[in-house]
Amino acid sequence: MKKYAAIAAFGAAALTLAGCSSDGGTDEATEGATAAAGETEAAAAGDAGDMVVGFAQVGAESGWRTANTNDIQRAFSDAGIELKFSDAQQKQENQIKAIRSYIQQGVDIISFSPVVETGWDAVLNEAKAAGIPVILTDRSVDSTDDSLYESFLGSDFVLEGNKAGEWVVNEYADADSVKIIQLEGTTGAAPAIDRAEGFIDIIGADPKFEIVASQTGDFTRAGGKEVTEALLKSNPDVDLIYAHNDDMGLGAIEAIEAAGLEPGVDIKIVTVDAVHDGMQALADGKINFIVECSPLLGDQLVEIATAVYNGETVDKRIVTEETTFTQDEAIAALPERAY
Amino acid sequence: MSAQLRNFTGSRIFWPVVILVGLVIVDVIAFPGFLDITVKEGHLFGAPIDILRNGAPTLLIGVGMTLVIATRGIDLSVGSIAAISGAVVSALLLNSPTPDNPWTVVQAVGIALILGFILGVWNGTLVAYLKIQPIIATLILMTAGRGVAMLITEGQILTLHSKPFEWFGSGFIVGFPVAVVIAAVVLILTMLVVRRSALGMFIESVGINPEASRQAGIRSRGLLLGIYAFCALLAALAGLIITSDQTAADANNTGLFIELDAILAVVIGGTSLMGGRFSLIGTLVGVLVIQTLVTTVYIVGIPPVATMVFKAVVVIAVSLLQSPTTNEKFANWRKDRRRPTPTKAIEPKREKVSA
Repeated sequence: MKKYAAIAAFGAAALTLAGCSSDGGTDEATEGATAAAGETEAAAAGDAGDMVVGFAQVGAESGWRTANTNDIQRAFSDAGIELKFSDAQQKQENQIKAIRSYIQQGVDIISFSPVVETGWDAVLNEAKAAGIPVILTDRSVDSTDDSLYESFLGSDFVLEGNKAGEWVVNEYADADSVKIIQLEGTTGAAPAIDRAEGFIDIIGADPKFEIVASQTGDFTRAGGKEVTEALLKSNPDVDLIYAHNDDMGLGAIEAIEAAGLEPGVDIKIVTVDAVHDGMQALADGKINFIVECSPLLGDQLVEIATAVYNGETVDKRIVTEETTFTQDEAIAALPERAY
Repeated sequence: MSAQLRNFTGSRIFWPVVILVGLVIVDVIAFPGFLDITVKEGHLFGAPIDILRNGAPTLLIGVGMTLVIATRGIDLSVGSIAAISGAVVSALLLNSPTPDNPWTVVQAVGIALILGFILGVWNGTLVAYLKIQPIIATLILMTAGRGVAMLITEGQILTLHSKPFEWFGSGFIVGFPVAVVIAAVVLILTMLVVRRSALGMFIESVGINPEASRQAGIRSRGLLLGIYAFCALLAALAGLIITSDQTAADANNTGLFIELDAILAVVIGGTSLMGGRFSLIGTLVGVLVIQTLVTTVYIVGIPPVATMVFKAVVVIAVSLLQSPTTNEKFANWRKDRRRPTPTKAIEPKREKVSA
């Protein structure tokens, strides 16, 4: 415990020195010192309590993202780590600005979910030059130089596509031919590309599965509804809709109901995400299967950030813990879902 | 009859109508049942009905935008105003103990519309009284407005469960979608008011020369204020329809880029961005072209990566066909073909170029 006290005291000194940049500095330093002296706080508070993390979020474009934001803020606040948070409103330039400002403020760790895959080398090099480690969450960057970030914590979108495909193969094991409409995410976004790839990898093995149409619904309800509406007219005999997220699936439900059909029965629906509204629709029998893409990665992120801060090596790729839901599992899980 | 035809081929909406018909033909080839309209559960059902219903919010905003553009202005804030009105109505209904009570819905809708109107008065005040350029004045609300909508929804997508409110987006009046009926009534009433009274002429004169119209006795400032307020009111109404249609308030995506669609529809419809003459029927054709284009992408199965290019090509085609310069060249070319000796035809052409 002596070691932690020493670290806390050092942290307190460091924070007092840097205190001019933030009013909260001295308060936290005292907090850290008392915690160490009283030996009440967990070890994490001793060696990470003076750490400052800057997190640049994509935006608040969906229920999923909001749950992600809330969980990250909760996890850092539980761990007693200062979190500077910014919202890029889905624009890369805003995110780059936020990261630059974190570099100038001299935070200890920078973490962000890249809006798009490319165009990060310059700002990541700046962070590297300033000696600030970067942790990517949820989405990766497309860069040849993987020394630009410490670790990438997030879902494996290809695996999600695989899981969706496996369910479809089992569900239609006895069918002769299956016509599928795919509602793609935003064109060019990593989850859209990978979920399509993972899905086709599995169902492509059997020629009875046919994707009759594949259009982008931009991950939005309105998009999913509009596309489904039009495609149902030209492909009335479709059996299944595979949507790259719940929101588009919810839009598809509305379009199917408007066409006088029963979603989940006449046309089955498989989606990815498992946000609250999607789970509700699954429990109501309107969606048939959801592959979870968990936004609750706050605790894992705290763990990785603390390890990196303490100079430990972490894996370059850490996959979020995730599951899948059938209708019965959704009914059971719904009451205690956090989002 | 032939005079009427020539009148039509010479009019500004001739080429947009040609493109619209062309798109419909492409759709029918790709999917022969495209134009089929059937009655399902007591209402009309079919791709053309979808086009009308999905185009209704754009048409509402397009009507307001046409008048604003006719005054040589522009309103970029309509998408954000739509998002705000959707957010407000959702927040009110979600916090209400009785969201299924029609009276609650009427109140919530009323508050959202009044708020939209007030935002329009703000725009109009900046433009008419503080003389800020319209593109800058409305840019303020365009960027700030979406932030306001985000504050109201706390960054969440608010899912609504209110039967009376859903009627806006997915209900029917004698078989027609409510949204289509609302948009049609607004279009017809606006056309009657601007064309049957002197209001339309006032708007055009303010757009052509504000100073001259002021000296002629037109209260241009009051007129401008009123038009921006009207445009924002329609944007709020469009926001309600979009929100009701997706049964959720999505501050990020409701009405996103709808201002650009509306401006495009107005321009396709032959109203000049320089102000002055305007055509509400032209805007209707413009909206139909845009919405049919969207449906065509799905029906023909154009890959998502190529969608933008496809849309751009169609829009460029419309603009080129409409442009006075291309039309003149085209007319000259036809004249050339009619004349037996080409040498004579070249001469006047040269004069024109030099002049």
